[in-house]
Order: sequence, then C-alpha cells, then structure tokens
Amino acid sequence: MKTDDLVSLLASGAGAVDPGAARRRWSLALSGGTLVATLLVFAWLEVNPALGRDARAPMFWVKEAFCAALAVGALMAVARLGRPGAPLGGLRPLLALPVAALWMLAAVVLLTADAAERSDLILGISWTECSVNIALLSMPVFAAMVWLMRGLAPTRLRLAGAAAGFAAGAMGALVYTLHCPELEAPFLAIWYVLGMLIPATLGALVGPRLLRW
Amino acid sequence: MRRDDELTKDDVNASEERLRALLVRAIAGDAAAYHVFLRDLGAHLRAFLRKRLARLPDEVEDLVQETLLAVHNQRHTYDESQPLTAWLHAIARYKLVDLLRRRARRDLLNDPLDDGNELLVASDTEAADARRDVAKLLDTLPDRQRRPIVHVKLEGLSVAETAKLTGMSESAVKVGIHRGLKALAARIGSGS
Repeated sequence: MKTDDLVSLLASGAGAVDPGAARRRWSLALSGGTLVATLLVFAWLEVNPALGRDARAPMFWVKEAFCAALAVGALMAVARLGRPGAPLGGLRPLLALPVAALWMLAAVVLLTADAAERSDLILGISWTECSVNIALLSMPVFAAMVWLMRGLAPTRLRLAGAAAGFAAGAMGALVYTLHCPELEAPFLAIWYVLGMLIPATLGALVGPRLLRW
Repeated sequence: MRRDDELTKDDVNASEERLRALLVRAIAGDAAAYHVFLRDLGAHLRAFLRKRLARLPDEVEDLVQETLLAVHNQRHTYDESQPLTAWLHAIARYKLVDLLRRRARRDLLNDPLDDGNELLVASDTEAADARRDVAKLLDTLPDRQRRPIVHVKLEGLSVAETAKLTGMSESAVKVGIHRGLKALAARIGSGS
C-alpha cells in the first residue's frame, strides 16, 4: 500500500475524537482499582478498631496528607508520561517534597526521643508486614494504572511504568491507613515509603514490556 | 534545492501553526482537514526519517507509514495546549528507536549476508515504496475488524451501510475499525 493510500484510509470516515473517553477511562481506572483495594482491606486485613480515636490525632492526618500528596503527584506524572512530548516539569521536586518533609519530621522525632524509645518509633508493632501489605494492596491499582497507560501513548516506558507503580503504591498506602495502627513519623518515613517503592520498582521492570505500542 | 534543515525559524513556526490548526479541526471531526494534515505530516516525516536513517534508506517509507498509523491511533493523546512539534517528535522518535531496537535484535539472529539477495531489488524508483505492504497485513486481521476497515475506510461506505452489509451493529463496526487499526499497528510493531 502506498503512503498516499494509507493516508486516505486513515482519514476517510475518521470521526471526531470523543473528549469524554479519556475522562471515563481515568475515572474507571481510579475508582475500580481503589475499590478493589478497599474491599481487600475489609476482606483480608481488617479495619483498625481504633480508627475513630486515631482520626483525632494530628499525626493521622499527616499520614493521610503524605499518602494523598504523593498519589496526586504520581497520578499527574502518569498523565504527563502518557502523552508524547509532555514535559515532567516540576513534578520531580513536587514528589520529593512530601518525602523530604516526612523524613525531616522523623529525624526531629528520633533526635528528641529517649535512646530507649527509638527502636519502637522505627519498628512500631507492624514493621514486618507494613511494606508488604501496602505493596499487595497496590496491586489492583497497579493493574488499573497499566490498563490506563496502555490506552495512552507513553514514550519513556521504564519511567512511565515506574510512575504507574508509584501512583499505585501511594494509593495502596492511602487505603492501607484504614487498617494501619501506626502513627509515628519514623515508622511511616521508612515502611510506607518502602511499600510504595516496591510497586514502583515492579513498574520500572515490566514497563518496557507491558506498555509498548 | 531548499532542504528541510534550511527552513527558517519563521517557516517552522508557520507550519507548526498550520498543522496544529488542521489537527485541531480533525480531532473535532473534519475528515478533509485530517487528510491534508496526514499528507503534509507524511512529507515532514519522510524528510525527518530520511536524514536519520541515511544508512537504512529502505526502512524510511515503512517507518513513515508506521508513524502515521501511530499518530492516528494516538491522536486522542494530543493536548491542544501543547506544542504540536513536541508531540509529533516524541512519537516519531519513539517509533524510530523501536525500529532500530527491532533491527538490532533481528540482525543478531540472522546471517547478515542474507541481505545480499535484496541487492538488485532496490532501485531509485522503489526507494519511495514501502516494503511492507499494509494491505497484506490488513488481510490478516479477523473479519470483524477487516471488513469494517475495508468497507468504511477503503470503499467509503458509511458506518450504517457497512452495518447493514455485514450484519454487524453500528457500534461493532466502529469498534472493529478502532481495534483493527490498533491491531495493524501492533502487527507492524512485532516486526512481521
């Protein structure tokens, strides 16, 4: 087929692009992934019985804000990386900011604490399961993010995969706060961040394979 | 002869503006504007890729077609607030890198002397022809994708007429075209 014929083929009867399609795909991916992750908390873990009391502690909202800020930043990165030639711009520093802030808070908490308390502040009561649970809860969101990204056109596949994984990790962490009893900054600074980095790494590994077009 | 790299900055800006206006109209459903857009884009792509594939002149036209198909399939990712050149360049570059990677893999597997058989096939007039025939690839698609493309896109029937002719629903015809063109791009991408 000559190129001119291909051009005619592509152009003939090519209707308008439905501007609502992208929005529908985004809302389906986000709500579907988050819903499955939330159901997993109810079915497999359990909702923190002290959630009502914890929600009155300012640290609970620091935890929520931390996860939410990273989720928003990572989702913006997913949107940009799914669009050929769109620059990431200031998103990298924007993503580093919440992590840096939490780490500083954690450092202050550790430095002002008694030496004997420090290991408790870091390990809490659930350090062995926290990161793994976040990574597992992020999987339905990760699948949704990959599906979303496959409907877009990422040109930097490894980075796009990592962003999809990190967004899933942040959403997974946000959902995990329904179950998680921990409120200490040093704990969150280590195990939450690690939990988000697991799906991000996975995304970077499988991105070139899954996101090719 | 005036070549692409000798265009002044104003020329480039003018063609960015022109193509952008055409694409914006195309995205809103103007098929005639879309035809002009794709035709002009093809010429730009040819010049762009010819320069970068100086050692692989036979690949140029195939890659022009592959990139046009990619632009078509991904046109919903164009954001009007974004420079068109950046969007197009990212797609063309992605397809170019993909081709070079595919070739590197194939060259590792194949005896490079095989290419000697094609020595006499290549000539000046054929250089502008694509080696890969998209029409043949089209034949490999399943009927529910191939027939809507043939009737609507090649024969110029309307979606309603095609639905009547094939016994498919109108939305199945539209989905068939959409999925068929994606499948075509995927078949090209897998190096067939």
